[in-house]
Amino acid sequence: MTEPAVLVDRLFAGYGGPPVLREVSFRVEPGRTVCVLGPNGGGKTTLFRALLGELQPTAGTFRLEGRPAYVAQTERTRLDFPVNALDVALMGTLVRGRWWLPSGRADRAAARGALERVGLADLAATPFGELSGGQRQRALLARALVQDARVLLLDEPLSGVDPASAALIDRVFAELRQEERTLLVSSHDVESARGFDLVLCLHGHQVAFGPPGEILDRATLEATYGRELIVLDDTAPARAVTIQHHERGHAHGQERGES
Amino acid sequence: MSGIELRAMLELVLAGGFCGALGFWVLSERLAYGAESLSHGLLPGLVVAGLADAPLLLGAAGGAVVAAALIALAVRDPRVGTDTGTAVAVTGLVGLGALLALAPDAPQRLEELLFGDPLGVTTGDLVAAAALLAVGGAVLVALHRPLVASSFDVAGAAALGLRPALLRFALLGLLATAIAVAVQGLGALLVLAVLVAPAVAVRGHARTPATAMLAGGAVAAAAGIAGIQLSSLAGTAAGASVALVLCAAAAAGALLPRF
Repeated sequence: MTEPAVLVDRLFAGYGGPPVLREVSFRVEPGRTVCVLGPNGGGKTTLFRALLGELQPTAGTFRLEGRPAYVAQTERTRLDFPVNALDVALMGTLVRGRWWLPSGRADRAAARGALERVGLADLAATPFGELSGGQRQRALLARALVQDARVLLLDEPLSGVDPASAALIDRVFAELRQEERTLLVSSHDVESARGFDLVLCLHGHQVAFGPPGEILDRATLEATYGRELIVLDDTAPARAVTIQHHERGHAHGQERGES
Repeated sequence: MSGIELRAMLELVLAGGFCGALGFWVLSERLAYGAESLSHGLLPGLVVAGLADAPLLLGAAGGAVVAAALIALAVRDPRVGTDTGTAVAVTGLVGLGALLALAPDAPQRLEELLFGDPLGVTTGDLVAAAALLAVGGAVLVALHRPLVASSFDVAGAAALGLRPALLRFALLGLLATAIAVAVQGLGALLVLAVLVAPAVAVRGHARTPATAMLAGGAVAAAAGIAGIQLSSLAGTAAGASVALVLCAAAAAGALLPRF
């Protein structure tokens, strides 16, 4: 049996009080893609923060194939910070060490190559805060590409992204799959989850883990989303809406497919 | 222009140059309240140094250590809260400093410790300021790329293998050192101006962290020279004149349209 790219064993994590994520166990082989589904507050970001080492697990263990790259939700980055798209991509070179030296020519070439790959070569000098939401997401993806990690954690990379950026990000995902890299992508989009090799459903705890064709049934989705799931059409394949309450205080619905 | 005034200008160019550059990180990491607390809280150390006829730099350094320890102790109780605990500790320290300074046999006048005396700098003060600029500047240059990555996106920086908490600790160390050196010229109350005002003046006008730091250092140095000249022409207190010019620069910079 090959070494897993991600191995999580009975993981509990929280922020000082009771754990907000409980009893999570799953195993992912190299080159597989995993969609992490769950409502807001369901534990998706907490899981990623634990896997990044930013949050100490309160119990359980995990192991990753090398240091993971991370693509955050752009709300977690500083839009007023004076960096441009190239600067953001260049941050990925910090994993190579020599952080005390200025970026070298090879670093800049790698950063420019990553920006080219995500379609931002022409906007390399544009301040990060002046990029659109989708372009910002692509700049963060470029940083992860420069990092050249075997495991990538992507926190709702397609949330609020324009169609052109979504298409470009999808294309890069496909390339990363071909390169046998392991992707963990958190999402609200049940329909897009069907395109992944595996799905992890979270609702403060692990609801289900497995291939989408096996676990994405109505019972699992209701256990995952609770009252945030509204079934619009119960005939197979059924359509459903999840109500997402964002931190900014507004809510919006997205259409979901359900079989 | 007298030799005393030239020495004052040199002190403000050296220490102010570093503080103005450091101010970019004070604002970026939202450390302005911490800087104010530390600078005010070290007053007893300054007074004790004055009473013992010891170098003020030594008193400032000791005062900063004691203030940091007391603040850390005061904020430990979650029922009180960080801001309240800090306010209580700092007010107590300022009160203690005033009590000691107003004792009949206190040689150093309280107003000099509170508002500084740039015209009274010694050769030792100038050497300390030059060392601050050289060593502190070198540390800022070496830490530049990790600081940029961490300040832009803490979670992303952790994924790059950086230690954001350690970087913040290093910044706090630089801040405490800068305050201990610059407090001679501007005093415990006004030293905050040289740490915050230049960064406010250039914020929004710089495209990169490096240019923001260089511009902040230049504004601080220029304000130091202008403040001493203003004091000389108008017959006003030197430290207060410099602080007023710094604040005027901050207001002008904030009001100027961004480009």
